[in-house]
Amino acid sequence: MARKKMQGAEIVIEALKEQGVTEIFGYPGGAVLPLYDAIFKQNQIRHILVRQEGGAVHAAEGYARSTGKVGVVLVTSGPGATNAVTGLTDALMDSIPVVCLTGQVPTHLIGNDAFQECDTTGITRPCTKLNYLVKDVSDLANVVHEAFHVARSGRPGPVVIDLPKDVIMAMGTYQEAGTAPAEKYSPRVKGDQSAIAEAVRLLGQAKKPIIYAGGGVINSGPKASKLLQDLVKLSGAPCTLTLMGLGAYPASDKQFVGMLGMHGTYEANLAMHDCDVMICVGARFDDRITGRLDAFSPESKKVHIDIDPSSINKNVPVDVPIVGDVASVLADMIKKWKALKPKQDQAALKKWWGQIDQWRAKKCLAFQQKGDTIKPQHAIRRLFELTQGRETFVTTEVGQHQMWAAQYYNFDKPNHWMTSGGLGTMGYGLPAAMGVQVAHPDALVVDIAGEASTLMNIQEMSTIVQYRLPVKIFILNNEYMGMVRQWQELLHGGRYSESYMESLPDFVKLAESFHAVGLRATKASQLDDVIKEMIEIDRPVIADIAIDKLENCFPMIPSGAAHNEMLLGPNDKAEKQISEQGMVLV
Amino acid sequence: MSEPSKEVNRHTIAVLVDNEPGVLARVIGLFSGRGYNIESLTVAETDHAKSLSRITVVTSGTPMIIEQIKAQLGRLVPVHKVADLTQDGPHVERELALVKVVGKGEKRVESLRIADIFRARAVDSSNNSFVFEIVGAASKIDAFIELMQPLGLSEVSRTGAAAISRGNKPI
Ligand SMILES: Cc1ncc(C[n+]2csc(CCOP(=O)(O)OP(=O)(O)O)c2C)c(N)n1
Ligand SMILES: [Mg+2]
Repeated sequence: MARKKMQGAEIVIEALKEQGVTEIFGYPGGAVLPLYDAIFKQNQIRHILVRQEGGAVHAAEGYARSTGKVGVVLVTSGPGATNAVTGLTDALMDSIPVVCLTGQVPTHLIGNDAFQECDTTGITRPCTKLNYLVKDVSDLANVVHEAFHVARSGRPGPVVIDLPKDVIMAMGTYQEAGTAPAEKYSPRVKGDQSAIAEAVRLLGQAKKPIIYAGGGVINSGPKASKLLQDLVKLSGAPCTLTLMGLGAYPASDKQFVGMLGMHGTYEANLAMHDCDVMICVGARFDDRITGRLDAFSPESKKVHIDIDPSSINKNVPVDVPIVGDVASVLADMIKKWKALKPKQDQAALKKWWGQIDQWRAKKCLAFQQKGDTIKPQHAIRRLFELTQGRETFVTTEVGQHQMWAAQYYNFDKPNHWMTSGGLGTMGYGLPAAMGVQVAHPDALVVDIAGEASTLMNIQEMSTIVQYRLPVKIFILNNEYMGMVRQWQELLHGGRYSESYMESLPDFVKLAESFHAVGLRATKASQLDDVIKEMIEIDRPVIADIAIDKLENCFPMIPSGAAHNEMLLGPNDKAEKQISEQGMVLV
Repeated sequence: MSEPSKEVNRHTIAVLVDNEPGVLARVIGLFSGRGYNIESLTVAETDHAKSLSRITVVTSGTPMIIEQIKAQLGRLVPVHKVADLTQDGPHVERELALVKVVGKGEKRVESLRIADIFRARAVDSSNNSFVFEIVGAASKIDAFIELMQPLGLSEVSRTGAAAISRGNKPI
C-alpha cells in the first residue's frame, strides 16, 4: 500500500499522538508556525499556552512527575530555546522525562547568524540526556519515537529535538513506532543476582541497618514504592528518604525516621552516621545528603541500587553496587530474603530502635506557635492537616519554605510531591503546579512558595487563569530571601546583603489583577480560615501568609560538617562554629 | 569500605560511538564539564557499514575517577562500548608524528642518521629540510623530537594515540 505523504509538521504531531501525548506546553514563534498549524488542524492533543518558555518546561516537569508520563514542550528557535535551558537543566538534574521540541531556522541558514538562530543542540548538549538536529524529513518520525524511548528509559531525562523550518515543511511519509531498526538504547534493568544475594545477607545480619531511598524509587514507578515498603517491613529496618524521595515510603509509618540531609531530622542523620549496614535505593549520595564526605557513615557496609552506573562510587565508595531498575532489584531482594529467611539479631535490632527512639525524643522538629505571629512550621502543619482526606499534590519553590514543606507536610504516596532538588530552581513551583493541575484537573494542587520565588515565574498566573486551573499558591511571606538571609546570619556575620525583598507587590491585588482570588493571613488566628477558604474556592488562589520574618530552618548540617555535628536550633550556633572550609561550599 | 586509592594513573580508553554529528562534542563536553583530564584524543570512523566511530582517549586519574569516567561515557546514549585497554590487559598503542627539521651540513646528516635509528621515514625533502614520519609509542616520539631539537627542529604535527588490545579478542 502506498503510504500517504504528509508535511513534516504533521508527521511530528502524528508521532506525538502515537506516543500517547495528550498535552503539550508551548509558546509559538516564526520557526514553529507549521507545527502550530498542524496542532490547529487536530483535536487530540491539547496545547497549553504558557507565558514564558521557562514555565513550559517546569509545567512539563510537574506533569511528568505527577503522572509518570513524559512531559512535552514546544518552543520556537533562538530565544524560545534559550528560555527553556533552565528547565531542561532542572529536568536533567532531577531525572525527569521531558521531550522538548525546538524550532530552528531552515537548514540552509544554519550557521549564518540568521534571525532567531542559536546553536540549540550546542547550548543544550550539556543539559539534555540526548538531543537531535533533524536534517531530513524522512528521519522525523523515528527521531520522535526514539526521543520518547530515551527520555523515559533507564535514568529518565530531558531530550531536545531541534526542528529546522524547512524540514517540518517538507513532505514525507509517516513511520510508526517500532518500525525502525531495534532500539539501540536499552539500559540494564535486572540486577546482578549474586550482588542481590550479598545485599540480602548484609541486611539480614545487620545490627544497625538503615534503608536510605530517593527519587529513583519514584521514577521507577508506584510498584517500586510498594516493594520498598515490603522490604522495610521484612527487615524491620528504619527508612529515611531524600528530598526527592518523599512519598516513596509513607511518612505516617513508624519505621520512617524522616528526611535526611542538610535539613533532615536528627534521628535520620544520626542513624545514617551510626548504622552498620546502609541500603541506598535510587539515591545518589548527593553533597546535601552526605555532609563532610570523610565523616559520612564511617562504620557501615554500603549497598547501592541505581539504574545509572555512573551514580555508583561517584562520591562514596560502596561495598555492594547493584545496577538495575529499583522495582526489579527490590523484587529480587524480597524473593531472596524470603528464600534465605535470614536469622536476624533481634536483640541488636531492639537496641538500635531504642537508640533511634532516644534521638527521636530530641523532637528536632518541635516548634512553638505562640501569639499572633504565624510560625512557618505551623502554617505548613495546618495546611497538611486541613488538606487531609483529599487528593493533594504539593509543589514548592526553593528556599526555607521548601524545607519547611518537606519537614512538616507528610507524604504517604509517591508522585504527590514535586520540588526542584538538584538544581534548586526558584520559580519552579508555580508552573510545575500548573502542569500537575493539567494532568489532575480534580485534585487539589498547592504550590508552597516564598514571596521571592513566586515573582520568578508569576507570569504563569495568566496561563493558570486562562485554562481555569484552580492552582493554589501558598506563600510563606517573610519579606526576605529567607534561605539567603539564614546563611548570611550563620556565615556572614548577619550582614544581610541584598536579601531583603523591597517593594513587594500586594499579592492579594496581584492575584486579583490576574482575575484570580487573593487571600491574606497576618495573624495566627486567621490562618485556618484562609487555608479552608483557599481549599474551598474552585479557582486559582494566591494566599499570602505573613510569617515570622526571622525564623530559620532547623535542624541544619552546615556545609562541610558531619552528620553528628548538626545544629538543632538557634542556640546551637554559638558553640559549633562553621569552618572556613565549609564556607567555600554551597 | 576501605579508603579508596589516591594514586593517579594513566589509562587508555577505547569508546565505540555512533558516527553522528555532536557525539564527539558530547564526549569532549563530558570531560571538560566534569573536570577530567584529556591527554590525547583520536577519532575516526572505523566501521562504515554500521556507521561507528572509535574514539581513543588517554586520560589520567585516581581509580575512582577512572571508574567514573568509564561510567559517564557508558551512559551516553550514542556510546555503544567503553573499554579500558590499560586495565583489560596488554595492548598496543601507537602515535604518528610528522616532524619538520631545517638545516644544512653535518646537522642535516645527523638528523638522517637518528631518523634511521628510530625507523622514521623521510617523506619530504628539500635542499635544506626534511619531513620525517615516525610511528610509535608516545615516549619514543618524545625522544625523537628531543633529539631533533638541536638539529633544526622547526615544526611538529602529532596524532593522539590509537590503541588496540593484544590477542585474538576484540574489545
Ligand atoms: C533561580 C535562582 N536564583 C537564586 C537562587 C538562590 N536562592 C536560594 S533560596 C533563595 C531565596 C528564596 O527566597 P523566597 O522565595 O522568599 O523563599 P524563603 O527562603 O524566604 O522561604 C535564593 C535567592 C536560586 N535557588 N534560584
Ligand atoms: Mg521569602
